[in-house]
Amino acid sequence: MTVTTITDAELQPKDYASDQEVRWCPGCGDYAILKAVHKAMAEVGARRERTVVVSGIGCAARFPYYMSTYGFHTIHGRAPAIATGIKLANPELDVWVMTGDGDGLSIGGNHMLHVLRRNVDLQIVLFNNEIYGLTKGQYSPTSRRGTKSPSTPRGSVDYPVSACAFALGAGARFVARSVDTLQGHLVGVLQRAHAHRGASFVEVFQNCVVFNDGAFDNFTAKDGAADTQLHVEHGKPLIFGARRDRGLRLKPGKLEIEVVTFSEGGVTPADLLVHDQTNRWLAHLLVALEPPGFPVALGVIYCNPAPSFEALVHAQAGAAGAGRQPPDLAELLMTKEGTWTVR
Amino acid sequence: MATTATSPARESRDSVVIRFAGDSGDGMQVTGGRFTIETALAGNDLTTFPDYPAEIRAPAGTTYGVSAFQIHFGAVDVMTPGDQVDVLVAMNPAALKVDLKDLRVGGTVVVDLGAFTERNLAKAGFTTNPLDDGSLAPYQVLKLDVTKLTLDAVKDFGLHSREAHRCRNMWALGLMLWMYGRDREVTVGWLKQKFAARPELAQANVAALNAGHAYGETAEMSEYGVGYTVRRAPVAPGVYRTVSGTEAIAWGLLAGLRAAGLERMIFAGYPITPASVLLHTLAGLARYGVITFQAEDEISAIGAAVGAAYAGALGVTSTSGPGMALKTEMLGLAIATELPLVVVDSQRAGPSTGMPTKAEQSDLLQAVHGRNADAPLVVLAAATATDCFDVAIEAVRLATKYMTPVILLSDAFLAHAAEPWRMPDLDRLPRFPVRFRTDPAGFHPFLRDAETLARPWARPGTPGLEHRIGGLEKDYDTGHISYDPENHARMTRARAEKIARIANDIPPQSVALGADHGAVAVVGWGSTYGAIHQAVRRARQDGVDASHIHLRYLSPFPRNLGELLKRFDRVLVPELNTGQLVQLLRATYLVPAEGLNKVQGKPFKVSEIAEAIR
Repeated sequence: MTVTTITDAELQPKDYASDQEVRWCPGCGDYAILKAVHKAMAEVGARRERTVVVSGIGCAARFPYYMSTYGFHTIHGRAPAIATGIKLANPELDVWVMTGDGDGLSIGGNHMLHVLRRNVDLQIVLFNNEIYGLTKGQYSPTSRRGTKSPSTPRGSVDYPVSACAFALGAGARFVARSVDTLQGHLVGVLQRAHAHRGASFVEVFQNCVVFNDGAFDNFTAKDGAADTQLHVEHGKPLIFGARRDRGLRLKPGKLEIEVVTFSEGGVTPADLLVHDQTNRWLAHLLVALEPPGFPVALGVIYCNPAPSFEALVHAQAGAAGAGRQPPDLAELLMTKEGTWTVR
Repeated sequence: MATTATSPARESRDSVVIRFAGDSGDGMQVTGGRFTIETALAGNDLTTFPDYPAEIRAPAGTTYGVSAFQIHFGAVDVMTPGDQVDVLVAMNPAALKVDLKDLRVGGTVVVDLGAFTERNLAKAGFTTNPLDDGSLAPYQVLKLDVTKLTLDAVKDFGLHSREAHRCRNMWALGLMLWMYGRDREVTVGWLKQKFAARPELAQANVAALNAGHAYGETAEMSEYGVGYTVRRAPVAPGVYRTVSGTEAIAWGLLAGLRAAGLERMIFAGYPITPASVLLHTLAGLARYGVITFQAEDEISAIGAAVGAAYAGALGVTSTSGPGMALKTEMLGLAIATELPLVVVDSQRAGPSTGMPTKAEQSDLLQAVHGRNADAPLVVLAAATATDCFDVAIEAVRLATKYMTPVILLSDAFLAHAAEPWRMPDLDRLPRFPVRFRTDPAGFHPFLRDAETLARPWARPGTPGLEHRIGGLEKDYDTGHISYDPENHARMTRARAEKIARIANDIPPQSVALGADHGAVAVVGWGSTYGAIHQAVRRARQDGVDASHIHLRYLSPFPRNLGELLKRFDRVLVPELNTGQLVQLLRATYLVPAEGLNKVQGKPFKVSEIAEAIR
């Protein structure tokens, strides 16, 4: 068999798809995310032999099988741990972690916390559908209170976790959000995540047509989206609304955000908050916004790079002599405490 | 062989057991460690047994805060820490209370009079002073005010009283070094280096050490007895050093890394007693190609090792029993994806948290069988501190050659026990270079080698070999996901067969002592080696037709093991558990093996095994 080397620039989105038949439910948001990842990879010229897609367990975790890159479908919640080992072993690899709300925030919550705080150079895409799909519809840690499911027939009573608030709290230095149906937006966010060195956390609101259909309709339905979504851009004022006439500002004298309308009370765009992706406090405020009182913030909410974990580890090891011709093992065995010779 | 000059005033001994015991803050482990090095340098064979509490600093003076270090050294082959103590150094009443029971009748006990205050006696639970009430009558007692003698020796160095008090262990060490005619130059050098930043502390400790030594030499000592001489042991020529099981595993892993021709080892661990020392040891060895990673938990530690293996590095993780339980699911993934992995388990007494600092051999069945579904892997056990080196290399060889996880069983005793080690000729160690798959022609990830049944190791970064693996069942012929019933049966058998075939690639089971047939085979594994060996030797001297068989390979067993066992009338299996190897032997070979079991968190005594052989 002859292997023809395809140069990066020639790869099209379809070249990142494997020959395996995709087996998500018809209409599942995962199809759109898969398509967006293929597109994003083509846009950034990802090299297939250097790209590794790691997943845990769940619907989202089938992802690696549908990629023509290297892939590792691991066990429930542990993808960040395995991805960390991959990056430590070979920092040159371009590693993506595909996870879900149950995989990443419930059984794997601890690993998610630590992979983010360590800032391992990974793209972590969390498919949030607020439900356990593969196990047939139990409520998840992101399900809203009162979610009726086979395990909570009278409605769930516990409070949900906010994926992005968790990520920020864990010390993530790149936090972004998008929606499965916003194809162009999602591709852009994924490209930004890929460009970021360190752990990039992307929450994608993903519709589960079978067990939680329409969970995000309150801000993703086409007719109201402009009024319920806030697309943030670094350096630009936080404006939204079908007529682009509403925006966010700090309540005078308080650390609270309020929605203002330009036509009312003499408010002008100059009064509005300007998005600063390096401002952690602003990011905390933005991820907490929820309908009906507020729009949902989408886009790159926080991006403030710092050296990544595996780079620091290897720099330290290099300073200690790693990478050079390793010394003779015999030297190691010769102890300072003393050896003796028997003749 | 050189012998040391024998002073006329000294009595000769074949072997001696000394136990240093004191409060966990008294520096007994350091004292024992220094005595060990001076003894090794004097040419004795030796085995040590550090026995310390899990509490870092239990309340001072209490019995549960007692920390002890035992050393058995001699002119003869020394294989165990010793059944009975000849000399007990008790730095306080609690140490006397805890450790006196192991002192042989007629043995010597050295006590620090200065520590036998009413308050300390009460804390140790004495209602009368054992120094006065006749309870020490069966022993030779050296009552020395070590506290006062130490404070006098260090008074010129301007230390705080607490620091001055801490020099007591060096005074006691000086006395014991005198008693056995040991040098102290190496320890003096070590003290100067250790306290380089505080010269006054270095000087005070050296002064205390010298004062203890001088005390022995002066007339003050003669009323208590004499010094002793223990001749050099007859050992094979070579360069020697002392080594602990942990150090030997660390270096064995590095030697294995080189033998496999791999650039990098990723060693991932989570702090757990008594396994953490391996993480600490390797953390300082980056220049040898090891990257250590302290993970957020046991699962992440093995996960990172699996990820590293997938990426083409040597993945290693290390833990103890409770951590092994947490790693179980990831072991299953490594088995299903057929990735090489080394897992070191330093076994400790359990279940659950159990007794973290005490040794047990109770993880054997967990190692061999403790996973969901049919999930075979390789299990090896190290017998002695020096054996740890060879077993670690073998673990790397089998893991990389057969693309399988290997569990290396050590224990809390082996982790800390030290013994002299004749350094190996590193040029003559085995070589087993890994060949990564690079050729895309005809590649699929589960294409098996016809002989070993191992799948190819294909690293990400290799063009043309992009593939997906995971925990789902794969098709035997294509490597794609498969739910086909016949295929699952075939894959299950293939995974088992791959491990079973390793029996053809390991040495047949040998007999460590005695004939390959006879009245009784004493079959052991792990750190019980020394005690079993001595017990069998003793039995043979008494005319019993006994043999010692010690297993390094516990999964798979060597191919001749069943046949070998059947050549004995009786099979006795001593283990520090309630009978795990004995179950495996009975189940595998239908031999009427009988167990000899001890679960006290302590090693076997030679006498306990010797008794059972009769």
